[in-house]
Amino acid sequence: MKIHEYQAKAILARYGVPVPQGEVVLDADGARAAAEKLGAGTVVVKAQIHAGGRGKGGGVKVVKGSQEARAAAEKMIGMDLVTYQTGPRGQKVQRVLVEQGLRIARELYLGLVLDRTTERPVMMVSSEGGVEIEKVAEEHPDRIFKAFIHPAIGLSAYQTRQLAFALGLEGAQIGQASKLMTAIYDAFKGTDASLVEINPLIVTEDGNLLALDAKMNFDDNALYRHPDIKEMRDFAEEDPLEIDASKFSLNYIKLDGTIGCMVNGAGLAMATMDIIKLAGGEPANFLDVGGGANAEQIKNAFRILMADTAVRAVLINIFGGILRCDVLAEGVIAAVKELGVPVPIVIRMEGTNVEKGKEMLRESGLNFTTADDMNEAAQKVVALGK
Amino acid sequence: MSVLIDRRTRLLVQGITGREGTFHARQAAAYGTTVVGGVTPGKGGTTHEGWPVFNTVADCVRETGANASVIFVPPAGAADAILEAADAGVPLVVCITEGIPVLDMMRVFAAIRGGRTRVIGPNCPGLITAGEAKAGIIPGHICRKGRVGIVSKSGTLTYEAIHQLTRNGLGQTTCIGIGGDPLIGTSFIDALSLFAADPETEAVVMIGEIGGNAEQDAAVWIREHFTKPVVGFIAGQTAPPGRRMGHAGAIIAGGKGTAAEKMAALEQGGVRVVKSPADIGAATKDVLGA
Repeated sequence: MKIHEYQAKAILARYGVPVPQGEVVLDADGARAAAEKLGAGTVVVKAQIHAGGRGKGGGVKVVKGSQEARAAAEKMIGMDLVTYQTGPRGQKVQRVLVEQGLRIARELYLGLVLDRTTERPVMMVSSEGGVEIEKVAEEHPDRIFKAFIHPAIGLSAYQTRQLAFALGLEGAQIGQASKLMTAIYDAFKGTDASLVEINPLIVTEDGNLLALDAKMNFDDNALYRHPDIKEMRDFAEEDPLEIDASKFSLNYIKLDGTIGCMVNGAGLAMATMDIIKLAGGEPANFLDVGGGANAEQIKNAFRILMADTAVRAVLINIFGGILRCDVLAEGVIAAVKELGVPVPIVIRMEGTNVEKGKEMLRESGLNFTTADDMNEAAQKVVALGK
Repeated sequence: MSVLIDRRTRLLVQGITGREGTFHARQAAAYGTTVVGGVTPGKGGTTHEGWPVFNTVADCVRETGANASVIFVPPAGAADAILEAADAGVPLVVCITEGIPVLDMMRVFAAIRGGRTRVIGPNCPGLITAGEAKAGIIPGHICRKGRVGIVSKSGTLTYEAIHQLTRNGLGQTTCIGIGGDPLIGTSFIDALSLFAADPETEAVVMIGEIGGNAEQDAAVWIREHFTKPVVGFIAGQTAPPGRRMGHAGAIIAGGKGTAAEKMAALEQGGVRVVKSPADIGAATKDVLGA
């Protein structure tokens, strides 16, 4: 799960990470009031959307005084902010963060993720703040420093010192950096985060370290034990069809093609998208109905699939293990009868009770196209969707 | 011969009295697996479907001589269930549970790596040795005893591969679903080393997916150490970056972990990579000259 910058900063501040003073507001007048509270000198108005790259799209403005803050917020709130991460339609800005302006001496980078190979959290820092870490990794891998954290021991003081010295910090900054890094690791551990990224981590002209930006993602599997974080989910940032699907324990991701697909199992669902592409089509979605789907879920899956008006043909690919083919057939028949699906449907099923399922499809009187293997299914659905 | 599980396996089921545990204990027994009992804390001393139920894994191992465990415990208790099985000295622990917090698994692996317990999964379909025994949820009726090992991050896509091998008359030795989570107990390389030592396994089908670099690591290892033919497929060639495709680990992050990158690495490792999931069976037949 993703959250906004202002939410991430609030969490990090609770763990003792220094962040700029500021306030999140929903309208232009709120922005003026927030700027006045900050003393109305230089303030920064930042659009709060989940996607990165906001600055280039006009989502971050440095202004002087409360009137300018009001004007900047007025422009930003309600705009569709386009960044390299939002896609061409952009993301509507609902709120802005108004923060104190700071005099920046250095921009650094700090990130914390779980490393799959070592099975440990790895804290990464770089002297190249303000740019994407992937770019630094490619162009200047020697400027990235890492500390692998033992799960039982935690982040050791010597590791924070190593990272701080590697960044070229000195004097009192070493102690500050140690404290900040420890707080970030505590926040990561304490909230079951999957990512903490501070980019940039700044050194101000008077020598202090602050998290100027903050990004946190969380492990969906652990949200059950963090109800406060679960509350922070912003549905406005998500595709309405994807939200609808999640209510029925369906895993749906909308894509840009025209061939809808419904599959059981994530791997087979991806493989089905791949074979549609190989057959010359473009998948309209990823949809995993799960291992034990019932007729009701199948019906809802169909409804969500067909709500995407770009869909011109549907491929159902089910390998029945626990999910029996007759249960699937029952669900599909009921859905088509109730929803009146207007596009061709190709069904390929295999596995438990396949003969019974095929018989039910034949006897339904509905116009299904069947296929015996994935290849045939993909060829047929692409031809029908033309 | 086969790997990890066979007729000598004495399987215990953690969470045996639950719906999933009950169903799959029955399925495993029907397939010919020796299911010796189960564990549900608080229900020790009772019997369930004819099997003795114990309060702790240690009790179950002592009384039944269990040497493998399959876990159908809900996510909040599953990491603890793995630790309990490891502490009781169970050499093979197969965790089917989906949705375990990854930091829980990190602590589990920090505790048990280097010990005598091998974990398969979590969030996996388990494993099956064709015609002998199974631990997990892979349907037995699609398997035929044969010559090919399978190692896969996926569930139903593994069934697809099994089906194709059966249809091509090749059959399987052991099929191992290693799971699609970011941290897993048994890697591609671990499974491949087991298949290397198994004389009945003549070729291996390896099914990966987007996310991480386990496939790339395996590709390097195959080039240097593995002499049997390998057929590879990577799911997610059309997956968009930055989106988690169902499995917790299946995500292209920062431009890394793409299918293209993995397919190229495997090809360099000498693996016969198929672009289409429909070609797994035919390609395996081909590399075996069958």
